[in-house]
Amino acid sequence: MKTKRELVIVGGGPAGLAAALEAHKNGVEDILLIERDEYLGGILQQCIHNGFGLDYFNEELTGPEYAERFIDELSDKKIDVQLKTMVIDINDQKMLTVLSSKKGIEFIEAKSVILAMGCRERTREAIRIPGTRPAGVMTAGAAQRYINIEGYLPGREIVILGSGDIGLIMARRLALEGADVKGVFEIMSYSSGLVRNKVQCLDDFGIPLYLQQTVTKIHGQKRVEAVDIAEVDDNFNQIPETKKTIECDTLLLSVGLIPENELSQQANISLDDITGGPIVDQSRETDIPGVFACGNVLQVHDLVDNVSEEAEIAGKAAAEFLLNETKDEIKQSLEIAPGKNITYVVPHTLNINANTSPLIELFFRVKDPAEDCKISIKDNQEELASYTRPIVEPGEIESVKLPIKLINKSSDEIIVELITGGE
Amino acid sequence: MSDKIYDILIVGGGVVGTAIARELSKYNLSIALFEKETDVASGTSKANSGIIHAGYNASKNTLKGRLNIKSNPMFDQIADDLKVPFNRIGSLVVGHSQEDKEKLILEKERSLAQADIDLRIIEKKELREKEPDLAEDAIVALYAPNAGIISPYKLTIAQAENAANNGVDIYLETEVKKVFHENNYITGIKTNKGKFSGSIVINAAGLYADKIAATVGENYEIVPRKGEYNLFDKKYGSLVNHVIFPMPSEKSKGILITPTVDGNLLLGPNSYVVENKDDLEVTEQGLNEIWDGGKKLYPSLPGNGIISSFAGLRATIPAEPYNDDFKIEALDNPVGFIDVAGIQSPGLSSAPGIAELITKIVDDISKDLKVPIKLQEKSSYNPELDKLPRLDDYKDHREDWHQVYQEDNDYGEIVCRCEHVTKGELIAELKKSLAPLTLDAIKRRTRAGGGRCQGGFCGPRIAEIIAEEFEISPLEVTKNGPGSEILMERVKDIKADRDITYRRQKDEN
Amino acid sequence: MNERTIICLSCPKGCRVKVKANGDDIKDISGHECPQGIEYAKNEYLNPTRILPTTVRVKNGQIALVPVKTASPIPKEKIGEAMQKLSEIEVEAPVELGQVIVNNILDTGVDVVATRSIKEKN
Repeated sequence: MKTKRELVIVGGGPAGLAAALEAHKNGVEDILLIERDEYLGGILQQCIHNGFGLDYFNEELTGPEYAERFIDELSDKKIDVQLKTMVIDINDQKMLTVLSSKKGIEFIEAKSVILAMGCRERTREAIRIPGTRPAGVMTAGAAQRYINIEGYLPGREIVILGSGDIGLIMARRLALEGADVKGVFEIMSYSSGLVRNKVQCLDDFGIPLYLQQTVTKIHGQKRVEAVDIAEVDDNFNQIPETKKTIECDTLLLSVGLIPENELSQQANISLDDITGGPIVDQSRETDIPGVFACGNVLQVHDLVDNVSEEAEIAGKAAAEFLLNETKDEIKQSLEIAPGKNITYVVPHTLNINANTSPLIELFFRVKDPAEDCKISIKDNQEELASYTRPIVEPGEIESVKLPIKLINKSSDEIIVELITGGE
Repeated sequence: MSDKIYDILIVGGGVVGTAIARELSKYNLSIALFEKETDVASGTSKANSGIIHAGYNASKNTLKGRLNIKSNPMFDQIADDLKVPFNRIGSLVVGHSQEDKEKLILEKERSLAQADIDLRIIEKKELREKEPDLAEDAIVALYAPNAGIISPYKLTIAQAENAANNGVDIYLETEVKKVFHENNYITGIKTNKGKFSGSIVINAAGLYADKIAATVGENYEIVPRKGEYNLFDKKYGSLVNHVIFPMPSEKSKGILITPTVDGNLLLGPNSYVVENKDDLEVTEQGLNEIWDGGKKLYPSLPGNGIISSFAGLRATIPAEPYNDDFKIEALDNPVGFIDVAGIQSPGLSSAPGIAELITKIVDDISKDLKVPIKLQEKSSYNPELDKLPRLDDYKDHREDWHQVYQEDNDYGEIVCRCEHVTKGELIAELKKSLAPLTLDAIKRRTRAGGGRCQGGFCGPRIAEIIAEEFEISPLEVTKNGPGSEILMERVKDIKADRDITYRRQKDEN
Repeated sequence: MNERTIICLSCPKGCRVKVKANGDDIKDISGHECPQGIEYAKNEYLNPTRILPTTVRVKNGQIALVPVKTASPIPKEKIGEAMQKLSEIEVEAPVELGQVIVNNILDTGVDVVATRSIKEKN
């Protein structure tokens, strides 16, 4: 069965939901939102803890409550939703193949697509932990799903590797549900999670946080029986004399998130090696005209509030793409590159036309934590703007707003740098 | 003496044991196969390179050489009948110097003197055309077009299913403890699930063949020799087009790089003796060793493309002559005991030939048994398995999948998003009587859970499906048999202590 | 004299505020970089409270659990007991977002409310 749609959004999590609503608000009348799970809301539905919406709603909400705000708003609008439906193919002509138990195979020709597939977790195999392969090794997100949605505990004696927010949140969740969390181990010299989570997820429960330590081996034939831990030096080399063995029946991994761009690759969309997501301009358009990306599939976010805002940029841009008869001529096109101490910048390019807003927000991550520092935007000749920051961390996406008028008309590249105190 | 009486008792559900079971099921014999683990292909057969060798690197004076050469051409028919994927992609032994070239030429000549194998020496230009990204210093190769790749566990599972369809009783989670013999005749076996009578015991017990053989007075030792592997994401599956071997060493074919039939890239194995027959640990040194070996052949191996690492154990018999050849022989004492032991490389490649040889041996001793048997071909024998629909096979013609879906809407629900496996495929495999309700069994049969995310996404969904379809609790779903349950408690059945948020302050004061 | 270091969560700086006290009588507060630090540390020392987000079993629902939370923070030391109480409850579907699951839990004056709507199993 073949159909034509104006706008197809892949993913009904927070990014897809906000993009759909914004596109609708800006006049798109034919929107199809495709979601593979049996409910909308994406990963938020298993994030039952607090901390969402402080920016966007000025309230502190749990994940499901945040999702519900958007789901409710969507429910009385003319936005088609297909649940339990998977996009299995997409090509560079915006043709999608979808599969569902309700309708079987469908072919959809879209005029415009918004990619909002989110991300997946890095696995034990990907970080190459030696040892046996017993039951009881799981990513933190999978454990979260089992506990909060299916209603099962993956184990009783837990070791957690990775002190990002997911690891910290799961430490608390498991402790609350009666498991014995032996500790959270972090290979870096600092935790990348929010300080609040360190206090309320670990300190509250007396769960120790071990920095510059990592899991070096997994023991156990059928089930995890123990893990070996070693300290690491500043270059991440293991210090053998520090090896200790901790008995446990479960190892949870919170060791990184990877944007799910298999569909993007199928469509031959150019990806950024560092973010793992598509290369986009300020309207979040990829290098295929009419295909936009937003949310964790574009860059892994820390706050869902930023996801919603980014999705609204994409939704609005998709609406403009569909509804504007004439495309404005691009007057200037620039690359935006990460410079000193910056890991990546989104958007990657800036396409300036007559309608481009006067202020462009640039989002980036710094390589290392720093205090009392300066963000500097330059082109190859001079500094265009600078912004002071009291504290910056790799674990929190930063942003600056750059007035377009500060950009030299002859530039083809601007660079974002972090200047630390000493420099 | 026992509950059930068979003509033939096969010990071991690996690729060899199941190949023998299938071959013998062509005849009017009552056959049972015993596997101690929860699934067939739980030993060496699940963790090896999956290569069907062309047959050039063993002497025709050995069983290894003869059986490999005999078996190689048989795989097209076998793969076709059993509906398992098999690709004759060819192999290249790569040399980096003039000295290597001379060695390869010698190898070729030696092989051609023994058998009629398609072998060619190719030089840099042709090598580059075949494999553009090999190391710069790869200047020559011995090319064997008839080498191929197969999934060793899919083959084993299919052989077992076909054998069962043709009347073989397969007993899983059944460990053979002892072989009984009286007055020089085999009479039966004892297992953890009771005794069974039989006139012939075929010892295909892999790493534990020595333990089985010891119970009839044999005295050889099987020493496990480990090989470790890295499996790469499917997006790297076409980095190479052939099985790439390094120059061979005394003890092994070396660390190779090969595509797999599932579309991944496989790197490994190394080779070293370990003490324990259960030691499947992947080690840091091992991973480094295979990485270094791989880089020599293919410098741009993608470091962050690894989705899985695993180890397999070769069953080696250090004592001569079995250090250099398979131990396949019927004992004189007791009569009826047939060893099929020490099957290291090219064991997989020789499996069909081994099965035929065993049939001949069975025929040879058939009249001398305590209860003589007669090999009569069965007209009802069906070598084929039905092909089950798989979404992944419909990449180029998705519209045809719609028909599959219309027969059963479960084929419209994707469970494993990395490998595109549908609920219908899962249930079709799980419904087979031989399929254990474990995640590993599902992974080997459908690939669900074996992709990039290694079950992170589909794990909960698969557990739910198993629980629903087979009316068990998700707490009973295991990774690979009892003791490997993936979930431990229902939430709310255990509780946190009341003082959970102030016990530390208690300790502090 | 008791000495405790409290990490202030009022802003991302996370100042480590040291509180010196004799029981409930606070003698000294130091280490903060703004007045919010004093308020925060005082409250956290004398009467630490937390919002408790967890789940409660659902009977006859489309999913097995409903996520819930305390509508406002409750005393931190009651968290363990609250979890025990909530583990014994089963709520019948349908459940509305915001629905009170437990009224005035452990006499704290705080309700436990549902944070998601759960439909009946069809």
